[in-house]
Amino acid sequence: MSTETHATPQVSAVRDAATPRPRWQVIVFRPETVTFLLLIIAIIVASNLSPFFANFSFILESSTYYSEYSIVALVLTMVIISGEIDLSPASTMALTACTFAASYQAGVPIPAAMVLAVIAGGLLGAFNGLMVIVFQLPSIIVTIGTLTLYRGLAQVLAGDKSIGKFPTWFVGLDYRELLGIPVPVLIFVGASIVLGLIVGMTIFGRQIYQIGTSEVAARHAGIRVRAIKMGLFILMGLTSAVAGLMAASRLGSVRYDLATGGELQMVLMVMLGGTYIFGGRGTILGTFLASWLLVIIATGMTVANIVITSQLTVMGLLLIISIIATNAIYARNQR
Amino acid sequence: MNALSQSFGLLFRRREAGIFVMLVLFCIVVGIIQPRFASLETARIVALAIPLILVSAMGQMMVIVARHVDLSIGSILGFSAIVAGMIFRDHAELPIFVGVLAAIGLGAGLGLLNGLIVTIFKLPSIIVTLGTLSLYRGLLFLASDSRQVDPQYIPKPLIQMSQTSPIGGIPWIVIIAFAVALLTYFFLDHTRIGRQIYAIGSNPTAAPLRGIRVVPVTLLVFTISGALAGLAGIIYASRFGYVNPGITGVGFEFTVIAAVVIGGVSINGGVGTVLGTVLGVILLGAVNVALPILGVSAFWQDAIYGAVILVALLIDRSVRRRGLKSLVAGNRA
Amino acid sequence: MLKKSLMLGLALSLTLSTAAAFAADKVSIVYIPKNTGNPYFDSLVKGFQDACAKLACDFTTAAPATAEATSQIPFITAQTQRGVNVIAISPNSPDALNQVLDRARQKGTLVFAVNGDLVGNFDHRDAAILPVDFTKTGPGQVELLGSMINYEGDIAILSATTDAPDQNTWIAAMNDALKTNPKYAKMKLVATVYGDDDPQKSTTEAEALLSKYPNLKGIISPTTVGVAAAAQVLQSAGKAATIKLTGLGTPNQMRPFVKDGTVSAFQLWSPYNEGLLAAYYAVAVKNGTIKNEPGATLDVPGLGKVTVGPDHIINTQAELTTFDKNNIDKFNF
Repeated sequence: MSTETHATPQVSAVRDAATPRPRWQVIVFRPETVTFLLLIIAIIVASNLSPFFANFSFILESSTYYSEYSIVALVLTMVIISGEIDLSPASTMALTACTFAASYQAGVPIPAAMVLAVIAGGLLGAFNGLMVIVFQLPSIIVTIGTLTLYRGLAQVLAGDKSIGKFPTWFVGLDYRELLGIPVPVLIFVGASIVLGLIVGMTIFGRQIYQIGTSEVAARHAGIRVRAIKMGLFILMGLTSAVAGLMAASRLGSVRYDLATGGELQMVLMVMLGGTYIFGGRGTILGTFLASWLLVIIATGMTVANIVITSQLTVMGLLLIISIIATNAIYARNQR
Repeated sequence: MNALSQSFGLLFRRREAGIFVMLVLFCIVVGIIQPRFASLETARIVALAIPLILVSAMGQMMVIVARHVDLSIGSILGFSAIVAGMIFRDHAELPIFVGVLAAIGLGAGLGLLNGLIVTIFKLPSIIVTLGTLSLYRGLLFLASDSRQVDPQYIPKPLIQMSQTSPIGGIPWIVIIAFAVALLTYFFLDHTRIGRQIYAIGSNPTAAPLRGIRVVPVTLLVFTISGALAGLAGIIYASRFGYVNPGITGVGFEFTVIAAVVIGGVSINGGVGTVLGTVLGVILLGAVNVALPILGVSAFWQDAIYGAVILVALLIDRSVRRRGLKSLVAGNRA
Repeated sequence: MLKKSLMLGLALSLTLSTAAAFAADKVSIVYIPKNTGNPYFDSLVKGFQDACAKLACDFTTAAPATAEATSQIPFITAQTQRGVNVIAISPNSPDALNQVLDRARQKGTLVFAVNGDLVGNFDHRDAAILPVDFTKTGPGQVELLGSMINYEGDIAILSATTDAPDQNTWIAAMNDALKTNPKYAKMKLVATVYGDDDPQKSTTEAEALLSKYPNLKGIISPTTVGVAAAAQVLQSAGKAATIKLTGLGTPNQMRPFVKDGTVSAFQLWSPYNEGLLAAYYAVAVKNGTIKNEPGATLDVPGLGKVTVGPDHIINTQAELTTFDKNNIDKFNF
């Protein structure tokens, strides 16, 4: 039981209050709190930077450009909590989207092509899992390899042509709205709630934390480490495929360079949300907040006509500062 | 201890022989398919394609041997190249070496910064350098005001480094690159600090117990990697004749890591030789040149890179396993 | 907690003010180039700026970091939100922008494709400002190269990407001219290769051409990155005397090669004039002085009378400008 309290910071926020540390400190010095404060600051700054920023439908519309990454980042959070990492999801998005488009072009009906893409995503994720779990290679370098490989295969599959002319019902998912909220955003919020509950409330969720905290201990505790990790990698692939299809629908066309550099954004969201890079700690809520933070920052800077080059600088700085801060907070709480 | 280094030495030799055989086989096969490949002209093209990768690979190899990785070298290369180019453009009166030194110095500084963040905050280098990859690229855009340095501003003598030869028709940049490799070999194999890099990589926790000051050595490794990326920036300017903020060095890190991993450097640290890395770079350069000569679509290039990284990882793993087994066997004997 | 923070976020953004209408009465124009740090677009921007200084329009420019197909989308949305009157864009994709451009146009924004068109998707933009009549570009290039090699020998084309619509239009016209015009009967196109507008890839492809086709007499590279890379390759290999090169390039990029004789002549149009024309046309349409329809005419200082062609395509000049030793120093872009 004691290992569990350590391994599940989300549930343990209350239980930790039993330690000598004052309760307010435990709450304040949580990475998610910092992310939330940053989010509010970002909203205020962005509103002051440009009078055109603070418009709800505009922010929602802009957020649809990031929802695909945000959804994948939720699953990536689980992978990182389990002590692994996956840098290949953006390339997986491209390869699955190209699979979809190429099979559509070859005459496969859209629904079947979508199923094909999702299956492909599962296989690509399983391949990552195979290399990491069966061959016991470090996930970080394996997925750097597959990052290059998958995008390369996308290029082999689709050339550098853009494949489009999908039927109208398929195109424009981001313009479909429910209760005034674009569908991709709804999917993201829904996925956040479901995954947040799974990670925070279920035994399965707790097992992920335990694996990330100490894989050896988790194995001794009878947790099926390999199966869970494999499952997470496959889930990454499946989610990336769905994200790839969402991108295909949003753009109405697919090219091999879809989502180039997306892995940086996804990792940024997870890190910014306070997930511990060495595993064992982190929450879906943190990543959820961080995704909005990123949307606000990127949108705010773009609408204020701040040059893109400053945006690159800010993104890089944010990633570094967020891991330093998260690291420091966990080190402090452990004392 | 002696037996250990001996059997490891054997292993290295076996590994390098393997890469060498792969290189020769590759050239023969390509030569048969397209006889034109087997020419002096091809050798020249491969030789020219190598220096850029080789110089950066020497730095990356050291970093990986120390059980780290530097993903920011492409951005460091671009940053150094554009700053050197801006010096050439805006201060044409200064001698060329000022720009060259500025590039190497800036590279060293950026590398040191990577090292500092990694060592002070005890963070994984792969994530830190993923951050600085973006940060340095952003800063280089800001520093250059997003402006390209046009060919007319790159000094003629620098361009000629890629074209003229002091000896045997081998261009200057090729000679410089191999000189860097030779120095790296000397440093890693024949200096105390060089051996310490291997010790840190093979067992970071045990290294301090053996009196190795891990932090300064790690900082040095990142600084050297940055400085060499800076030098590669100069080679880029010399070879391609201009520097563009959005193009120069983008995606370069994957090429270099691929070359290093093919060369038998273990991503788990502690294992790798200069000779192996050099062979890895040459193999990659030969593949690069062969694809268009064979008429293979450039589309395949990335897929091949990725596959090569993964295959090298798998080979590395099986070699390590066999190595351990033979070690155990050796000890028993 | 999840729901609470979401609600809080919603409330916060709602209480903050809603978007204000664009305050100024002046016509506001934004230009979105393909990517930042591309010198070609710097002079195009200059054309916009000079025109807006005269016409008193508001001009801004905003560019993504990469020329990837989707990178311009957030910019289009943000500019629409800013309430600009005119979005001029050099599209990175002929079809990925359709949705977002339609949305901008629904809100009353005038959308111009500048320098490159939305080929096959004309109904997603209001007009296209193109430099020259692209049907004449290909034959013009063939004629220029032919005059350099006495209309005889093997030639090759080094293009951008296999999917580049403009380049493909020109290449098709080149093939056509070579086949049908008896003047070019002795010129034989042996290869068309693609350098992806990447200096390294273009260099490798150009080197492969040299090595694969020893009888090569001429190269046409209708893309600025390709022609510069090919020039660098010819210079390095010392083959400028035997292999002639021409193509589309910017004077700044090609200046050293023209001066040292590696390239005797190349062509381009004036990107500056595109910016100028786009701004004049935008203001005239917005102010209602002319209608945006084929056949309408407009007087632009320095360009003379310009007529809107079929499909709302407007050309800035009739013929390509040929740059050589005698005139290159008159141009700076």
